[in-house]
Amino acid sequence: MIRQFVVVIVTAFLVAGAAFAVAVDEKPLPDPVLEAQARSLMKEIRCLVCQNQSIEDSNADLARDLRAIVRERVALGDTPDNVRAYLVDRYGDWVLLKPPFNPSTYLLWASPLLALVALALLLFRRQQKNETRQAAMAPLSDSEKAELDKLLEGEQ
Amino acid sequence: MINRFIPLIIVLGLFALFLARMNSGENPKELDSVLIGRAAPQFELASLQGGNPPLTTADLKIGKPVLVNFFASWCVPCRAEHESLMVLAGQYRVPIYGIAYKDSPDRSRAFLTELGNPFSKTGIDQNGRVAIDWGVTGVPETFLVDGDGIVRYRHWGPIVGDGLRKRLVPELEKLR
Amino acid sequence: MAGEIGHFSLIWVLVAAAIGAVLPQIGAVKGDTRLMQLADRTAYVQFLMALAAFAALTYAFLVSDFSVSNVAANSHTLKPLLYKISGVWGNHEGSLLLWVLILTLFATLVSWRGAKLPLRFRARVLSVQSLLVFGFVSFILLTSNPFLRFDPAPFEGNGLNPLLQDPGLAFHPPMLYLGYVGLSVSFSFAIAALLEGEVTPLWARWVRPWTLLAWVFLTGGIALGSWWAYYELGWGGWWFWDPVENASFMPWLAATALLHSAIVVEKRDALKSWTVLLAIIAFSFSLLGTFLVRSGILTSVHAFAVDPERGVFILAFLAIVIGGSMALYAWRAPKMVPSGLFGIVSRESALVVNNIFLSTFAAVVLIGTLYPLFVEASGAGQITVGPPFFEYAAAVLMSPLVVALGIGPLLAWKRGKLPKAMQIVLPALVVALIAGLALVWSQSGGVVMTAFGLGLAVWLLTAVFAEIASRIKLWQSPGNAFGRLRKITRAQWGMSIAHAGLAVIILGVTVSEAFTDEQLLVMAPGDSTMVAGHTFTFDGVAPVAGPNYSAVRGFFTVAEGDDFVTTLLPEDRVYSNPVMNTTEAAIYPLFTGDLYAVIGEAAGGNRWSVRLYFKPMISALWAGALMMMIGGLLSLSDRRLRLGLPTGRKKIAVKESV
Repeated sequence: MIRQFVVVIVTAFLVAGAAFAVAVDEKPLPDPVLEAQARSLMKEIRCLVCQNQSIEDSNADLARDLRAIVRERVALGDTPDNVRAYLVDRYGDWVLLKPPFNPSTYLLWASPLLALVALALLLFRRQQKNETRQAAMAPLSDSEKAELDKLLEGEQ
Repeated sequence: MINRFIPLIIVLGLFALFLARMNSGENPKELDSVLIGRAAPQFELASLQGGNPPLTTADLKIGKPVLVNFFASWCVPCRAEHESLMVLAGQYRVPIYGIAYKDSPDRSRAFLTELGNPFSKTGIDQNGRVAIDWGVTGVPETFLVDGDGIVRYRHWGPIVGDGLRKRLVPELEKLR
Repeated sequence: MAGEIGHFSLIWVLVAAAIGAVLPQIGAVKGDTRLMQLADRTAYVQFLMALAAFAALTYAFLVSDFSVSNVAANSHTLKPLLYKISGVWGNHEGSLLLWVLILTLFATLVSWRGAKLPLRFRARVLSVQSLLVFGFVSFILLTSNPFLRFDPAPFEGNGLNPLLQDPGLAFHPPMLYLGYVGLSVSFSFAIAALLEGEVTPLWARWVRPWTLLAWVFLTGGIALGSWWAYYELGWGGWWFWDPVENASFMPWLAATALLHSAIVVEKRDALKSWTVLLAIIAFSFSLLGTFLVRSGILTSVHAFAVDPERGVFILAFLAIVIGGSMALYAWRAPKMVPSGLFGIVSRESALVVNNIFLSTFAAVVLIGTLYPLFVEASGAGQITVGPPFFEYAAAVLMSPLVVALGIGPLLAWKRGKLPKAMQIVLPALVVALIAGLALVWSQSGGVVMTAFGLGLAVWLLTAVFAEIASRIKLWQSPGNAFGRLRKITRAQWGMSIAHAGLAVIILGVTVSEAFTDEQLLVMAPGDSTMVAGHTFTFDGVAPVAGPNYSAVRGFFTVAEGDDFVTTLLPEDRVYSNPVMNTTEAAIYPLFTGDLYAVIGEAAGGNRWSVRLYFKPMISALWAGALMMMIGGLLSLSDRRLRLGLPTGRKKIAVKESV
């Protein structure tokens, strides 16, 4: 929902720039297979000036240039990994909407399973503990009950 | 019975993280340059002044630090930082290369005629591809390159206010 | 004048909140009835004064009183009436005032509807609520006062962000705030229970309707926001896993979990400390959202002015409220001894499974949202955690939940009838399923995931109908089935409709993601193109002048074969105050999906870049959300679930099944 706020604060210089900058005519690649590949790549690349959208979604000038680069690279026969590497080489891991799998993100990628196991253990073990506690308090036999009644009466 | 302390510990950890980030003084919108410590990218750009030789990567390896400034006549903050560039060129005697980003050469020239020309060499990057090779996200951006052509510092946004003497100049002095 | 009245009223709110936070609490400790009764009175005073302050600000906006700085900064005389009003909460200061107004409103409702709550308990709930009001009002008065004066007053205001000048967004914040702030009631109930040192099934009965009410609003608020993003942002997306969206999704997940765990407390007197914790967490997520939006520590966040002083204030306030409640929890949780038992295969267990998955998902959304901060703080560079990560988490965590959701309502309370062997197999099955899913997700292209999504949706829908069928014994004695249909309680209908709503949403997500047809192209007048069997003909553009904007309007004629379908008129607007560009998509909903057209910038030579889409079944997203809300409201209207109803019907509650 917040994207447009971002658009609002999009650094004033680029907005101003877009109006005068040379318009880039956007042509899809003639080969539909390559175009589809390029498009799916664009969805994975974060727009640099609009913060939280992909270059596929963005009207920003720089996003358009990057789309053109992605198309060019794909048309030249680069694999998706090559294209990603090309952009990471210039802008860092930050441009990848899908964080890379490396030591600093192991924790992130494992978090769904880790959190799941931790919470499951927490909740089910708590229940189990409750069960054992209840089992320890087995129902009283008749004689025990009578004795308890006597004790309680004595207290009153 | 350590369980009951877990939420408290997590919450305290989160607050420590928030506090650290708020005190870091970094602009969350600023993207760090990946070029720092690496050789500047290869490029060759025609000069704004017809007849002058093109601006190339070789111009960066001149044995002393230089600045590479991406600017455009349509960019308002570039106008704001221009005075700083004049000071750098005049007072600090540092060569500055100006790369006109996505701008018509006529307008770029008019811009420099109007405000003064701090650049020892210029280049025209009309389609913005060289800027992308430098990892530029918007103009103005200024790179500090050492005598061997290695990028040492990137100044994001206009060099205004404290930016010049507190950030850029100290980095420059380090290389001298 | 209005400014002074507002400012003055706000100070009164602060005073009443201070009294209301301290004295009733002392009364509760000392057993002083008079002090405890103060809680109700101060709640009413706070509400009335907050209402006065809010009315004063609204008045200032209506008459464009630019001597009030907040009005000057966010309004404009030319703005349409609706947006003068919505401008009140379309900015940082005003939205905080709305937050306070709703907070006091809920306290008043608790006092009014909860007249039958034990006085001591009510006093404690209201005093916690007053404490929250005190915190927010001090924040407003110290750092974000909307009533500050401008001298001399400017002749004209700066205007409201054009993107906010939209009916969808005019009502989105109040709805969302009703949800966020509604959760404060569950929070106050939880703190009161911790202070009292006891959680009873009765407590769960009190807290559930309030949570349900907040949940309905939250669902509505999120749905409105995503609908607005869909038609206003112009690329057909409706959810982006943006930090601010996540900030609204986390409390929703926690509240959903809370709704379900409260049932276990009510039925079985178990899961007590967990439920209390969830109530605290749900509201903490709401507060965290406010912090993330206003502190500026994450990029992309709101246009609300970023001011370090404000960030520090909110952080300190959060530390007190959330840290304090977690400390209280650590101290008091051991007192919450569960008494009820239930088997591993039972409705209760199914609800526990629901809680595990929903809370895990909430935790993972939190981790994903904050992970970039964590990585940067640890010096490992800058990364982005975008939609692909959250989609992976959703696939891994939500699909087993949906599978379990189909089975859960069919299980008996306390002890299910699955054979012993199955009891062991079931958890293993769930784990295997998760592992399998993770694998499928990482390996597969779209087709597998689409089939899988459709399968889940159909499974859930079928399961909902099967549950109703078994309830009315449709197969055993069809003759009387219809009669039994009428015996189904509203709460039960509510559950079924809400669950079916989720199935509808899954259906919408899957189909619209998989079968969207889109064309990005440059068109000249007279050009036409095919999108999903529809011919879009571009007839050209015309300039349009609105009250405070000018626009380029594109004309598209859509036909199916030779039959005319509709004319689509997307606009590219430029607002004047402040100057800003917005896209207004043209959307024509068909039964099978939406026709969607966006006009972009001129590409020279009277050619225009356009985006044309056919989004099949996209309306199912909002229809599903609406079903969830209807389900929640139905359940809320159930006699036994009404807000703050009878205290002494414990027996009935245990007997009847929900």
